[in-house]
Amino acid sequence: MLVVPGPGLDNGHVDQALPLLELTGATVLFGADAAIDNVDFRMFPGEVHSLMGENGAGKSTLIKAITGVLPLNAGTLTLAGEPMHLHSPIDALHAGISTVYQEIELLPNLTVAENISLGREPRRLGMIDSKAMRRQAHAVLSELGLHIDPASLLASHSVAVQQLVAIARAISADLRVLVLDEPTSSLDVDEVAELFRVIRELKQRGVAILFVSHFLDQVYEICDRVTVLRDGKLVGEYLTRELLRIDLVHKMLGHKEAELKERHRTTTSDTDEQPLLSARDVTIVPGIRDASVDLFEGSVLGVAGLLGAGRTELARAITGIDRLHAGVLLIGDKEQHFSNPRKALAKGIAYSSENRRTEGIVAELSVLENIALAVQADRGIWRRMKPARQRELAASWVEALGIRPADLDRPAGTLSGGNQQKVLLARLLALAPRLLVLDEPTRGIDIGAKVEIQNLVGELSENGLSVVFISAELEEVLRVSDRVAVLRDGRIVETLPSADMTVDSVLALVARPNQDEARA
Amino acid sequence: MTTLETAPANTRTSFASRYHTFMSRHGSLMPTFAAVAILLVIFAGAQIKFGNFITPGNISALLLDNAALLIMAVGMTFVIITAGIDLSVGSVMAFTGIWLAQMLQSGVNAAFAIPIMLVGGALVGLLIGLLVQYFDVQPFIASLAGLFLARGLAYIVSTRSIRVEDPTVLWLQSARIHIGQFYITPTGILALLVVAVGAFVMQFTRFGRTIYAIGGNEQSARLMGLNIARTKIAVYVISGFCAALSGLVLTAYSGAGYPRNGIGWELDAIAAVVIGGTLLMGGRGYVLGSMVGVLVFGTIQTVISFMGAEQSWTRIIVGLLLLLFIVVQRAIVARAERRR
Repeated sequence: MLVVPGPGLDNGHVDQALPLLELTGATVLFGADAAIDNVDFRMFPGEVHSLMGENGAGKSTLIKAITGVLPLNAGTLTLAGEPMHLHSPIDALHAGISTVYQEIELLPNLTVAENISLGREPRRLGMIDSKAMRRQAHAVLSELGLHIDPASLLASHSVAVQQLVAIARAISADLRVLVLDEPTSSLDVDEVAELFRVIRELKQRGVAILFVSHFLDQVYEICDRVTVLRDGKLVGEYLTRELLRIDLVHKMLGHKEAELKERHRTTTSDTDEQPLLSARDVTIVPGIRDASVDLFEGSVLGVAGLLGAGRTELARAITGIDRLHAGVLLIGDKEQHFSNPRKALAKGIAYSSENRRTEGIVAELSVLENIALAVQADRGIWRRMKPARQRELAASWVEALGIRPADLDRPAGTLSGGNQQKVLLARLLALAPRLLVLDEPTRGIDIGAKVEIQNLVGELSENGLSVVFISAELEEVLRVSDRVAVLRDGRIVETLPSADMTVDSVLALVARPNQDEARA
Repeated sequence: MTTLETAPANTRTSFASRYHTFMSRHGSLMPTFAAVAILLVIFAGAQIKFGNFITPGNISALLLDNAALLIMAVGMTFVIITAGIDLSVGSVMAFTGIWLAQMLQSGVNAAFAIPIMLVGGALVGLLIGLLVQYFDVQPFIASLAGLFLARGLAYIVSTRSIRVEDPTVLWLQSARIHIGQFYITPTGILALLVVAVGAFVMQFTRFGRTIYAIGGNEQSARLMGLNIARTKIAVYVISGFCAALSGLVLTAYSGAGYPRNGIGWELDAIAAVVIGGTLLMGGRGYVLGSMVGVLVFGTIQTVISFMGAEQSWTRIIVGLLLLLFIVVQRAIVARAERRR
């Protein structure tokens, strides 16, 4: 598809209002590579603007450029017509640009009120006026519909509440531009609605809001305007109401084929074929009770359920990460006792954790070292792989999985989320496992990378690998899997071929009230 | 039946909710309360055993004997709450102490000599702070370098002890202000003043809250726009300054400067800070807690000398206490992580 760079609006639609914030010809270099290259970007007062693009498109870099974290190597930033030179986040804050970051938390060891006002505490005679501070915090929090004790420690609240506190911190400044980087990833439906109410209120006040999210529905619900980036370059700026979703996805992915390859489903797994691994009544308290599953060669088992239903616990139970309190794992007819992940790996059972950063990637090590890690561990320290062999192995996986940038010596932590996930997959696949358990492999990564990973899962299973695919997104589970196990409150309620299921039917299973409760 | 049951249940929940509110606000005070409890238990136990332990003389001597360590521990608290560590303080105390004695011996007026040695201590702290902040050296390594540097400087000043005869310095120790049967020396007042200023700065100033923020999560604190560089350097300067101040107090206390003073004191100070409820991982802790920690340390020492036992027992007991506190801290942190 041919894409014309530059703003995609015709002049007839341009609002009379001048942009509040405008980037012109913005370029940020990482070494010799341009993370964003000659990008124009503007935000209007009272508008919600979305920044869309795949991982590695330059969204985070652009955000960092307008919030003073990264300096511009070329181009200009103007705020209400005034040229700005932001050298630090505090400069941006003083200019009225506030940011809520996706992964950077607040400070759990301080109180809610302190987290909100840190760096601009009300003072009297040089002392922090804690009463005024609490009062201000209380006012902002009730504006957000959050009724918590401002004097309580942040650590005593749930992640969702902490997220709202972060937003409270951002809006309590003299706010002109608010940047929300994936603000909804840890919120449930009600909390998202609450957040949107606040966003609309801020719109009324003339604040320019940048809303970055992977959830297309949310983008379409709340955003007026969308700017699309690809590979560090501007694709265009559009009004959301004039841009069809399918067009948006095409613009984000560019020439690449976004559609999922139709794959042949092995629906007949319930024949007398011998399962690769069977779990019988496995129980780990608390988390999972009496769960039984059969995993077949060349077949994908999807696991669906709400957060806390026992998805991860099931994965950890069958991969030997956690010890079973009851039940057995069978390979063939033989009972298995995996006292640690290493023993499970020896049987060809590999687990990829949902916590990519903490339990997966070693951010400081290079892509090469990350991929070679598991193979080397498997060989033991006395049989060291030759560096050339390691490089060959890593390079072949980088190519096979399309890891970008294809630079083996780059620290893995500098890759985008989707590419980190692929590095993890490469590490496990290098072990030639027979069963691969993927816990939320597509969480927090872009639609393009998501599709690639989904396709990859399909290819792997066609090559005879047994895959367990866990995801919070039901569409994805249904699309990728041959069979789906639906979890509720730590129990498997049903295991059905995915061809017989729809999102609605899974939702009905997930949400069905417990029969005991229903009777009582 | 149901109404009868709900009434008492309500009062129970209100107590529970009040407990909950308290814990959600002041949960991090618990280790410090534990230290206070231990201090009281030791006092009570010693009083029961010896009968003459809790006397005005003893209590007054406790502060006098531990004034130098107390001042050092306050500086250390600042550093540890940023999740740093300062191993140089024992050496800095020795260096500034012997330097002071040497300056006084060669006829420098105390009014000049004291500020000079205090600035000297602060400069060692500044050096460590710069290494940590701008050269990205681990605090452990940077302050270890500071430890060797200051110890070496102490030996360069003099390899033998130098007596101090300056009346001003000696007055700091010998003057006794009597309050009833209790007494306090200028050194004791100095130590309490340092505690008060330290606690005030930590609790009520922006600088103090930034210190806690850095200990909580340095990266977040930076993105919140706090001035990390200035604050981190400042805590090491404060620690170096406090170490020099304790050098002054110790010189007054012993009436001499000695280059081998304070070997291992940095570890005593760290132990006192940790026993007082400050988390070694940073972000939580109180200057007043460190004072309690120093008093626990000092009281154990006094009890052991009362028993006429070998002083090495102090170390063993303090070591055990430290172990206990670190395990308790781990448990608290683990609980907080589980709740996420």
